[in-house]
Amino acid sequence: MPELTYREAVRDGLAEVMRGDDRVFLMGEDIAEMGGSMGVTQGLLDEFGAERVRNTPISEMAIVGAGIGAAMQGMLPVIEIMYEDFLTLSMEQLVNQAAKHRTMSGGQLQVPLTIRTQGGAGWSPGAQHAQQLESWFVHVPGLKVVFASTPEDVRGLLWSSIYDPNPVVFFEHRTLYPIKGEVPDELQPIPLGRARVQREGSDVTVVATGRLVHEALRAAEEAEQDGISVEVVDPRTLSPLDAEAIVESVKKTTRCVTAHEAVVQGGFGAELAAVVQHGAFDYLDAPIERVGARFAPLPFAPVMEDWCIPDAADVLEAVRRTVARA
Amino acid sequence: MARVEDSAGVRSDKLSEERLRDLFREMLLIRRFEEKVEERFRAGELPGFLHVALGEEAVAAGVCAALQPDDVIASTHRAHHHTIAKGTHVNAVMAELYGKVEGCSGGYGGSMHLYDVEKGNLGANAVVGGGLAGIVGAALAFKLKGEQRVAVAFFGDGATNSGAFHESMNLAQLWRVPAVFVLENNGWAESTPASQHLPLPVDELAKRAVAYGMTAIEADGQDVEDVYAGAREAREHAASGKGPVLLHVRTYRLTGHYVGDPQVYRDKQELRELWETQDPIEKLRERLGIAQEQFDAIDAEVTAEVDASVELAQNGTDRKPEDALNWVYAEGSLAPDA
Repeated sequence: MPELTYREAVRDGLAEVMRGDDRVFLMGEDIAEMGGSMGVTQGLLDEFGAERVRNTPISEMAIVGAGIGAAMQGMLPVIEIMYEDFLTLSMEQLVNQAAKHRTMSGGQLQVPLTIRTQGGAGWSPGAQHAQQLESWFVHVPGLKVVFASTPEDVRGLLWSSIYDPNPVVFFEHRTLYPIKGEVPDELQPIPLGRARVQREGSDVTVVATGRLVHEALRAAEEAEQDGISVEVVDPRTLSPLDAEAIVESVKKTTRCVTAHEAVVQGGFGAELAAVVQHGAFDYLDAPIERVGARFAPLPFAPVMEDWCIPDAADVLEAVRRTVARA
Repeated sequence: MARVEDSAGVRSDKLSEERLRDLFREMLLIRRFEEKVEERFRAGELPGFLHVALGEEAVAAGVCAALQPDDVIASTHRAHHHTIAKGTHVNAVMAELYGKVEGCSGGYGGSMHLYDVEKGNLGANAVVGGGLAGIVGAALAFKLKGEQRVAVAFFGDGATNSGAFHESMNLAQLWRVPAVFVLENNGWAESTPASQHLPLPVDELAKRAVAYGMTAIEADGQDVEDVYAGAREAREHAASGKGPVLLHVRTYRLTGHYVGDPQVYRDKQELRELWETQDPIEKLRERLGIAQEQFDAIDAEVTAEVDASVELAQNGTDRKPEDALNWVYAEGSLAPDA
């Protein structure tokens, strides 16, 4: 199997779909000649031309709205929002329009729109270039939410998101772009709504998303030295959630830690904890632990940033707390 | 009708007397429909939040008469007149206001979310300015697919103060998409008069198009012939690849913002005078020389049509509570081989 970086995997997924389907086109700020501020769309302008790789003004609301309108007319637009912090500028269109047209029209319309965006801390961007806002969108009926953590997953899930007849908010993590991973020779679509067990274990389940999947895997290796067997489950799609896979894992391990880079309060971990306690209540041997960022707008100075955002050590501590209870 | 920019464009044709009479009937149908809506709301039969378009009938009738059947529109919270003018039967609109299965949005939308995709109505939007960017996207899709269709957004003077308006105008003009922005300027943003929400004189709002290099066309919203002529020219301009148009239609809201609005903010004498001088139906009646007897006959016809829509709606099919979940997500895949 070939190896691709996460960045290359996204690009490869986009190119693959665009080669075979004229309905698909890209819109976003600086995505054409520059290839996107993260370099994801480099080369796509040359291959597909300016009609299908469209640089836009700095108008997140209009870009998303235009995507909605084009999607309702049978196109399959893929929008890049440069930083997920800037999704806030398009919230009206995403939440009031994209998510609701289908229901408000009594099923007459569908909005097959994909919004790719990225975020994540660890490079001292300060408070407005690194937020993790995925849980906001999980709260909105009508939207689907994807957060992939590996090259294989990001490519396969992107394909499924583009061809999903619903609006999908597709989160990528900035610090994952350079990571490498094996991918199938041919793009294998990965259906939305299915979790992946990234590592099997028997004592504690860590349900992790995005960068924290990798931190959880590191924590699991360390825990193993102490004789603690950690299972790492990546939901990959946050909405709809593969609750069954997560609950089954916790029934097996009897302990659960949730882990994401977003702040803990009101974070996706809260939803996971509710699902797990309801589905596996009689199996739990310890309170569910939640790992996430401190509840503060992310400060600039590296020493404060580093203290705010979670890493493998935080996951490991949480794992140890759950085991200590039994 | 007058263009803000100099133009060689000339009205390519005028409405025939017969078409004008059709529009008169349509405007009177809308008028009686709206009056009936007010009546049934006051009777406690209609749930929700309703906005009627008394005084603005010619805007909807004139614009939609200039469109092709496969052109699309996005409407606003004040949507009944646009929806009827775009071809949705009053039965389906009334049934929607009653929340019935037979409604044009199946009971899921209500007055502020009237949809009829088959007729080219992509939905009425309850967020001021919320539909504009979608229309830019629909127009972009027509352009990319090489279709000779036009996408039309209705919105009011209040919406021109929103970022949505400015971002949409900018993007539409930048990409020269076949869109028409119909500024239905009634001079009121709910209860706030233009003098308190516009830094420009209310009649000069088309100047906002100039900032984007966009062609603007002016029309008198109380004169359906003028609205039609303006809309026709706007449509031709957009469809010919020359880019979008701002169609500025000055009109009057001869009623409150919403049904039940006591209009404490409004000068009652002025409103009475507007009814006497700016009723688009009276103006067209005079223009066509419709005698009382003829008027009564047409009135009886459209009133019966509206009455029938109420009866059908009252006896329409109720939704089951759990139908709420029917359309949250579309099923399946859009992959070519799926």
